[in-house]
Amino acid sequence: MKLKQRIEQIMNLVFFVCGMVSIAAVALITVYMVWAGLPAILKIGPVDFLLGTVWKSTASEPEFGILPFIMTSVWGMFGALLLGVPVGVFTAVFLSKLAPPKVAAAVRPAVELLAGIPSVVYGLIGMIVLVPAVMDIFGLKSGSCLLSAILVLTIMVLPNIISVSETALRAVPKEYEEASLGLGATWIETVFKVSIPAAKSGIVAGIVLGAGRAVGEAMAVMMVAGNVANMPGLFKSVRFLTTAVASEMSYAADGSLQKQALFSIGLVLFVFIMFINWALHAFLKRGEDR
Amino acid sequence: MKMKRFFAMAMACVMAAGLVACGGTEANSTSGAASGTTTSLKGGVATGGSTSVEKVIGGLGEAFMEEYSGVDVTYDPTGSGAGITGAADGTLDIGLSSRALKEEELAKGLVSTTFALDGIAVVVNSSNTVSDLSMEQVAKLATGEITNWSEVGGPDAPVVLVGREAGSGTRDGFESIVGVADTCKYEQELTSTGAVMAAVKANPNAFGYISLASVDDSVKVVTIDGIAPSEETVKDGSYKIQRPFVLVTKEGEELSAQAKAFYDFALSEAAAELIKNAGAVPMV
Repeated sequence: MKLKQRIEQIMNLVFFVCGMVSIAAVALITVYMVWAGLPAILKIGPVDFLLGTVWKSTASEPEFGILPFIMTSVWGMFGALLLGVPVGVFTAVFLSKLAPPKVAAAVRPAVELLAGIPSVVYGLIGMIVLVPAVMDIFGLKSGSCLLSAILVLTIMVLPNIISVSETALRAVPKEYEEASLGLGATWIETVFKVSIPAAKSGIVAGIVLGAGRAVGEAMAVMMVAGNVANMPGLFKSVRFLTTAVASEMSYAADGSLQKQALFSIGLVLFVFIMFINWALHAFLKRGEDR
Repeated sequence: MKMKRFFAMAMACVMAAGLVACGGTEANSTSGAASGTTTSLKGGVATGGSTSVEKVIGGLGEAFMEEYSGVDVTYDPTGSGAGITGAADGTLDIGLSSRALKEEELAKGLVSTTFALDGIAVVVNSSNTVSDLSMEQVAKLATGEITNWSEVGGPDAPVVLVGREAGSGTRDGFESIVGVADTCKYEQELTSTGAVMAAVKANPNAFGYISLASVDDSVKVVTIDGIAPSEETVKDGSYKIQRPFVLVTKEGEELSAQAKAFYDFALSEAAAELIKNAGAVPMV
């Protein structure tokens, strides 16, 4: 009996330590990002840094304005959601409410597979297939632009939106739908006027999760967006917050203002993701409260 | 038993090879400092300077440290200017510069020895009919002053400059030699030579610059003022888009034994292959 209690205690401790690992990691990263990212922001000046429109990190008179990166990330995120949300939500509706079980059984693994494809593969296909196609279709001189990045991100956020929305739609109590049907509404009317409103918070959570993925993606975007620090335009070569860090980090000299500024970009990105996560929790909580 | 004997034989072979290799460097070394047994060298060799040279010195340092296990070669990529300053004030054993030293720097009593050359090839899509450009035309294409290929005898198509990211040695080299530092109008900034070549291959309007060693058939190399880039034309100086990689030391100041050994190694024939692998043209 005593031994059993011992084991119980030890296992409790093991689980506690495991739980602490992720908290410690988050705390460590937060502290480090602030510690590494703040000096350059203060040195450059928060206004010049956040609202400056020129990024020339290695020029003889360097300029560190990251507004182009911030705006590109914001536009990229909204663009991907604009295209991804309708397709994603409708796919979720199809899977949970309309599809015959056999069809759903074929579509669902495909969606899951889409989530599992490494981002570098998205980037590669984007670079080889999408970029030349965008160039031809729109008659551009170069297909590496914000639009290409948005199209790649759209595909990448779909699995997040679909899987979370589908779960939420499935959780809608059957009685709601039966009541609606009983009052004479058609099945499509029921889905759009009863099921979707009832699953609203879950669907929004999926969208926010997708937004987080769109903002945080670096590899795929780096391969299709052109990476020039322009203010965003649909057909312009652009650089995202993530790619700004990734593309210059390898050559930035230790201790240089350039490297410190890259950490500062990381900090801004971190704040972005924190905000998106906070929004996610807010929506999930609202869903629970009801 | 058989296994053991085989192992001993193999070891003997390795050791013999090691001796031969050591002998090679010894022969190249003219200094009295390195006259002791090579394995007795100990300590650090602090080098630093141009970011472009980092890959070359990295390769050399690795091979050097394999031979002299007691020596630790470090490289601090802080830029040519910092490398030259470091050599002048003694914080570095050997400074590395990717440009020739200026008069006032030589006046400080610095000695520069070129140990490699870096050639940068200008490449276009293979469908582009342009095959020769002058330096001036390259500069105008890069800064966006010329926006259509027809202005330099090519097809009626827009010009798209595909380059490397800020901080890249190839970018720094191209921009400084052509005289377009910080004024290039890039359409794409990519993080590797391979990516630049892929982008130039994919876009008929594109032109880009890559290290000479990376050139292959997927893209078309443009001649500059009629001279095609090659190891020979870089060496004899006729190909213009090139720059020297220079070892900077202080005159009259004795290098430490291990630094001297590394200095000699960088100029030796044994280093030539390593320099080539790192994308530069060796001097020997």
